[in-house]
Amino acid sequence: MTALLELEDVACHFRVPGGLVRAVDGVSLQVQKGETYALVGESGCGKSTLAKTILRLHPLVAGTIRFDGEDVAAMRGADAKRYRSRVQAVFQDPYSSLNPRLRVRTILAEPLRAHGVARADIAPRVDRVLGLVGLPASSATLYPHEFSGGQRQRIAIARALILEPDLVVLDEPISALDVSIRAQILSLLEKLQQELGLTYLLIAHDLALVEYAADKVAVMYLGEIVETGPVEPLFEAPKHPYTQTLLAAVPHPDPTAPRASADIRGEVASALTPPSGCRFHPRCPSCLPICNQHAPKTVTVAPTHTVACHLHD
Amino acid sequence: MTETTLPRPLLGRLLRGAASRIRGGEGGFPWLAASVLATVLACALFGPWIAPHEAGAISLADAMTPPAWEEGGSSEFLLGTDNLGRDILSRIIAGARVSAVVALYAIVISGLIGAVLGMAAGYFGGVVDALISRLIDIQMSVPSIPLAMLFAAVLPPGEAMVIFIIVLSYWTWYARIVRGEVLSLRERDFIALAKIAGVATPIIFIRHLAPNLLNILLVLATLQFGSVIVFEAGLSFLGLGIQPPQVSWGGMLADGRNFIEVAWWLITIPGIAIMAACLASNLVGDWLRDTFDPVRRQI
Amino acid sequence: MVTSASSSNESLLEVQDLKTHLFLKRGVVRAVDGVSFDLAGGETLGLIGESGSGKTMTGLSLLGLPPKPAGRIVAGSIRLGGTELVGMGEEELAADVRGSRIAMISQDPMTSLNPVFTVGSQVAAPIRAHVADGNSRGAALDMAVRELDRVRVPSASARARDYPHQFSGGMRQRVVAAMAIACQPEVLIADEPTSALDVTIQVQLMDLIERIQGDTGAGLLFITHDLGVAASLCHRIAVMYAGRIVELAEVEALYRDPRHPYSQGLLASVPRLGQRKRLTSIPGNPPNPLSLPTGCAFHPRCPHATEQCRNEAPPEVTLNDGDTLSRRVACWLEA
Repeated sequence: MTALLELEDVACHFRVPGGLVRAVDGVSLQVQKGETYALVGESGCGKSTLAKTILRLHPLVAGTIRFDGEDVAAMRGADAKRYRSRVQAVFQDPYSSLNPRLRVRTILAEPLRAHGVARADIAPRVDRVLGLVGLPASSATLYPHEFSGGQRQRIAIARALILEPDLVVLDEPISALDVSIRAQILSLLEKLQQELGLTYLLIAHDLALVEYAADKVAVMYLGEIVETGPVEPLFEAPKHPYTQTLLAAVPHPDPTAPRASADIRGEVASALTPPSGCRFHPRCPSCLPICNQHAPKTVTVAPTHTVACHLHD
Repeated sequence: MTETTLPRPLLGRLLRGAASRIRGGEGGFPWLAASVLATVLACALFGPWIAPHEAGAISLADAMTPPAWEEGGSSEFLLGTDNLGRDILSRIIAGARVSAVVALYAIVISGLIGAVLGMAAGYFGGVVDALISRLIDIQMSVPSIPLAMLFAAVLPPGEAMVIFIIVLSYWTWYARIVRGEVLSLRERDFIALAKIAGVATPIIFIRHLAPNLLNILLVLATLQFGSVIVFEAGLSFLGLGIQPPQVSWGGMLADGRNFIEVAWWLITIPGIAIMAACLASNLVGDWLRDTFDPVRRQI
Repeated sequence: MVTSASSSNESLLEVQDLKTHLFLKRGVVRAVDGVSFDLAGGETLGLIGESGSGKTMTGLSLLGLPPKPAGRIVAGSIRLGGTELVGMGEEELAADVRGSRIAMISQDPMTSLNPVFTVGSQVAAPIRAHVADGNSRGAALDMAVRELDRVRVPSASARARDYPHQFSGGMRQRVVAAMAIACQPEVLIADEPTSALDVTIQVQLMDLIERIQGDTGAGLLFITHDLGVAASLCHRIAVMYAGRIVELAEVEALYRDPRHPYSQGLLASVPRLGQRKRLTSIPGNPPNPLSLPTGCAFHPRCPHATEQCRNEAPPEVTLNDGDTLSRRVACWLEA
């Protein structure tokens, strides 16, 4: 079986006045059709940059991205256009996602027009997608400011779905929403995935959300993947010290649970000057002498569970 | 946080303070300023029908008649006459027409050029941005009056030349402000999402960038209306702008300068006209800016 | 009406029926609409709710800082150690209360710090203003360095000469904390201090806040929307909805057995690590603050709403939660 999305040694760098930011470095992963694959990590780990590279908003510096077997970077003309309809995105901030000066109908029709859908087909498809995300058809005539945050995120999801994509990149889709709304949007996304057979690439910092919503997860630190695998075994027995630290630092919504703790030193280094060897070594609670010399290789510890750490070499 | 706006000149602040009282409190519609502006525009449109006399009609017998309320004034010449007996009121009305037409053309043309270049610089970045930004820097570093003198020497005089000179010095304002605005708009997610959906770049410009720039362009244009009128008056005063027999406020100032000791109204009245038009456009522009600012609109 | 673990004679801060309204062009927002609670020294009271529930406005009202010019405290009383703060003049508040007796740590450290002054001089500013022996510049700076040391800013005396942009997000939040505790306040208000931080940094800051409170014995009002952070830091929790406290209870009791349907809904709608159970979501959307629903503001989203809920606002009733603890609920189901 070929993966729907396959990344091999993907790198994404930026030139800034201070030098070269290695935002993403040597990332490989495979997303199968129909699953939810989560990229998790703290701010600055490169998860959003990676998502933007997959969405062709950032240039790919090295490596290959294959979608349905085709090389994404090499796509031109009609192929590139088709990719633009098969891969869509939902972003964090529903206020910034919708142009305040356009009616919902125009916002939803825009992708269809861009792909040359016949005028007569547009209105019924707008109605249908609004129904799909649980909004009345009358919403089409309103402006974004007439909706609450949760409803706006529904409109953003509708816009992502109107081209009937295969892959939807969800970049922190609920973290900007009110707590009481998050579960609604989460169950909507689940329902849509089942009904439409969507594949999700979920970018998140909230580990509880990842455990709830994702099938597989890749934990990122400073532009690199430190551990990947199916969510359940990985969260139950995390192998990489960073994954362990992250999981231990999550405060539980239960006063009787053990206190969150962080056996971690300092803060994330700058991606301008990443540490030598293993990038996590200056903060690692179980750092070995070799860790600042050589970058660890990625090893398979269990079927589809990989980790990049000298403790597991 | 500290105040981040640039300090305004004291006089400006005082005037604005007084103005906010005139317009009935912060945020109220500036009725007085708007009616001054409307009067200027009405003069521009209907001048020849409103004016009591022909602007160029010479009547040496009535020369140097003071305004009607002064001793020796006549109700026939409400604002008095000049050394050739021409009616000041009629000339102010005719001058308003010239000022408004020049200002409107200049603003629309410099706004269009500035907006397109600013959008391109902000959206594409890189080399395009570097080129346009340097062009703006160069243009802004050239003082406008000597530049005007240069062009006045080589171009045929008249309204078109004045408009050309004004556009040359004013498009940079629009370009700079639009560029900054587009830089922040470009980071908004709806632009990225339009790209992800495969929307073509010209459509992103027209549908997503331009409408979100309209407010700021309108505010800037209104604020500049006054400034352009002052600039045009300055050029005409120096003899570089509108040439007689066409009437302009700046030209009237220049003519009246010689008689300042015997006929104060010759320079005071066009001076007041210039100041009133400029102040009015500033106040209306301020009001527009406050109205379009969603944070202030809440309160 | 207000009864809680700490009886009123030992409570440090007593808020009674506080109402702060925002007078906007489009109408009046009753941002805080009859809020009562008390806070003892050394105690942490969590104020949880969504955006627009009035939790931040409650914090700002305690400081006498409802947003200008629209916001105004219209009724109620705030007593700090016997001193009534509502109606106190602005100068007196600034001189004797704000920053010295009640201090605040806000969500975004970047807006709390002035980018053009060194960190040391900013921490020294409240000391110079409020602490008598800190009046000389040098002495105040020395005290500021001590405070920075206390919030574990590494090599504090050198870093005191740095500017805010030279600090990371977590370190900036420590600086803000140092500013807040510099004058040994009796009450500390923390408004989402950890929300902008990564989990590993968040844990460090939570430990710090707890330690500061242990050191100073201040009462802590902890404003958050994060049920996880609230569970691990707070002793008691007040759940706010549409400007009112709908439930106020001791933390374990609240999480074990929430009584108000909104508290129940909130706790059932967050994913928890280690339990992949299905989430139940609260239907509907948060109310429009300009036109709140009649009766109980939560009734359009409540699964148990009755005719009475639609027409009449529920009273706050005190329930016995065991031997000494009690809780307060504003719901017709409990009335």
